Amino acid sequence: MKILVAIKRVVDFNVKVRVKPDGSGIDLANVKMSMNPFDEIAVEEALRLREAGKAEEVVVVSVGPAAAAETIRAGLAMGADRGILVKTDERMEPLAVAKVLKAVAVNEQPGLVILGKQAIDDDCNQTGQMLAALTGWPQGTFASKVEVGDGRVTVTREIDGGLETLSLAIPAVITTDLRLNEPRYASLPNIMKAKKKPVAETTPADLGIDVAPRVTVIKVAEPPARRAGAKVTSVAELVDKLKNEASVL
Amino acid sequence: MTTLLVAEHDDGAIAEASARALTAARELGGDVHVLIAGKDCAAAANAAAGLEGVAKVLTAEADGLAHGLAEPTAALIVSLADGYDAIVAAATASGKNIMPRVAALLDVMQISDITAVVAPDTFERPIYAGNAVETVKTADARRIVTVRAAAFRAADAGAAPAPIEAVAVPALPDGTAFVSAELTKSARPELTSARIVVSGGRAFQSAENFNKYLEPLADKLNAAIGASRAAVDAGYAPNNLQVGQTGKVVAPDLYIACGISGAIQHLAGMKDARVIVAINKDPDAPIFAIADYGLVGDVFEILPELEKAL
Repeated sequence: MKILVAIKRVVDFNVKVRVKPDGSGIDLANVKMSMNPFDEIAVEEALRLREAGKAEEVVVVSVGPAAAAETIRAGLAMGADRGILVKTDERMEPLAVAKVLKAVAVNEQPGLVILGKQAIDDDCNQTGQMLAALTGWPQGTFASKVEVGDGRVTVTREIDGGLETLSLAIPAVITTDLRLNEPRYASLPNIMKAKKKPVAETTPADLGIDVAPRVTVIKVAEPPARRAGAKVTSVAELVDKLKNEASVL
Repeated sequence: MTTLLVAEHDDGAIAEASARALTAARELGGDVHVLIAGKDCAAAANAAAGLEGVAKVLTAEADGLAHGLAEPTAALIVSLADGYDAIVAAATASGKNIMPRVAALLDVMQISDITAVVAPDTFERPIYAGNAVETVKTADARRIVTVRAAAFRAADAGAAPAPIEAVAVPALPDGTAFVSAELTKSARPELTSARIVVSGGRAFQSAENFNKYLEPLADKLNAAIGASRAAVDAGYAPNNLQVGQTGKVVAPDLYIACGISGAIQHLAGMKDARVIVAINKDPDAPIFAIADYGLVGDVFEILPELEKAL
């Protein structure tokens, strides 16, 4: 079985982003970019399945600008076998990404596609579900455990009330939650090896996909600021303030 | 125009998040129909029919709809879509699972997790863990929207119950089978709708301490218990208590953060609380920068004292 893992280049999770003064978007100049953390978990899960003998090949795919090649190299350095860059400078919405990934999946015929459950930039949480819809494959979203069996995959999912376990017919789409695994760091030898691994390049147009955005961003604003209040010095003072100043008790 | 609200229900009751999403659905301006799908929907349909602003309740009953799985539920919604200009659900684990599947099947770009309706095609939604808010306008003729429940008040009871109508269930996909669910039972208020939330972080050092120190306080305040990602990752609290960017988003009247340093991912889930209290040993913890009241000290000393003082 082949596993396809979709990865996205996003602002590093440690960066406190700033809104551009003209309200047109987020200031991305000189900001550290990294692989979306949920996607690192997706790569790790695919590698573990390969190491357990459940899969033969792990292919990482990213849809984005030329710089997304760095993200693909990061996935290859973790241990993926080869990469596919679908190059575009268009502002990519989840629906368009899902259409591109479907085209890649049709070419690659994977048994599983694993994606992060959401990207930490647009916080949409859509692409995996959309890909599952477009391919007509079952979906196991927000996975905290994945077990591959014979022709099926068992996925334990994090839901509002606790956990839910589903059995999906393969091929299937899985999206990762935080506790699925702890991604490995790439070792220096593996980073060197990754430079020699093959990365194919294509474009949405080559794949015959229209990626024109459907949604216009009218403006981006700072959220209402919340200012630090007062430090209290004792529990008695805290209770008094909550009762008499904030009137919340 | 007409809007279809996909409601979640359990044991005959409508989820609080869906009652809140109903308020957002009504702001789109048209009639709102509520879809109750499942195996046994009568009681939940009656509950939905009693909410203000519901023009009609649709019920869809089938064995294949029993567990709210994404594939069959999305197929059902798509079969009903022709009559609707907008399809709305709360951005809960269930709504997030089902709605993008519906959107893709209808070739619509979903608008996720809205916090305000600016116009029927224009919405506000948080991005970058709530560090920015974008206003977006969709060109899709049919809108598919998920709603951040904490940003809207729950719909009240209506004057007269809405009519209830059973709809035909289409052929349902069966590639996914439900195996089991492990649900956390709690007599406490539900985390996302509780008036008070007490939340614990890494400082508790063990699941035993987490429960020993937070439960008496939560009991005294009739509060829900929440947790930071660090506390959940360390196994001190179950996953469904996680508050944050990718966990639950809460906006209670009072949020008491105990031993939580305040990573931006955690703040994303609670910074809209009316009053925030932070209790932390580290006077420089980022949580104090957004807390209305900060108390520097050890949670193991302060929490028992606080519980006694209330």
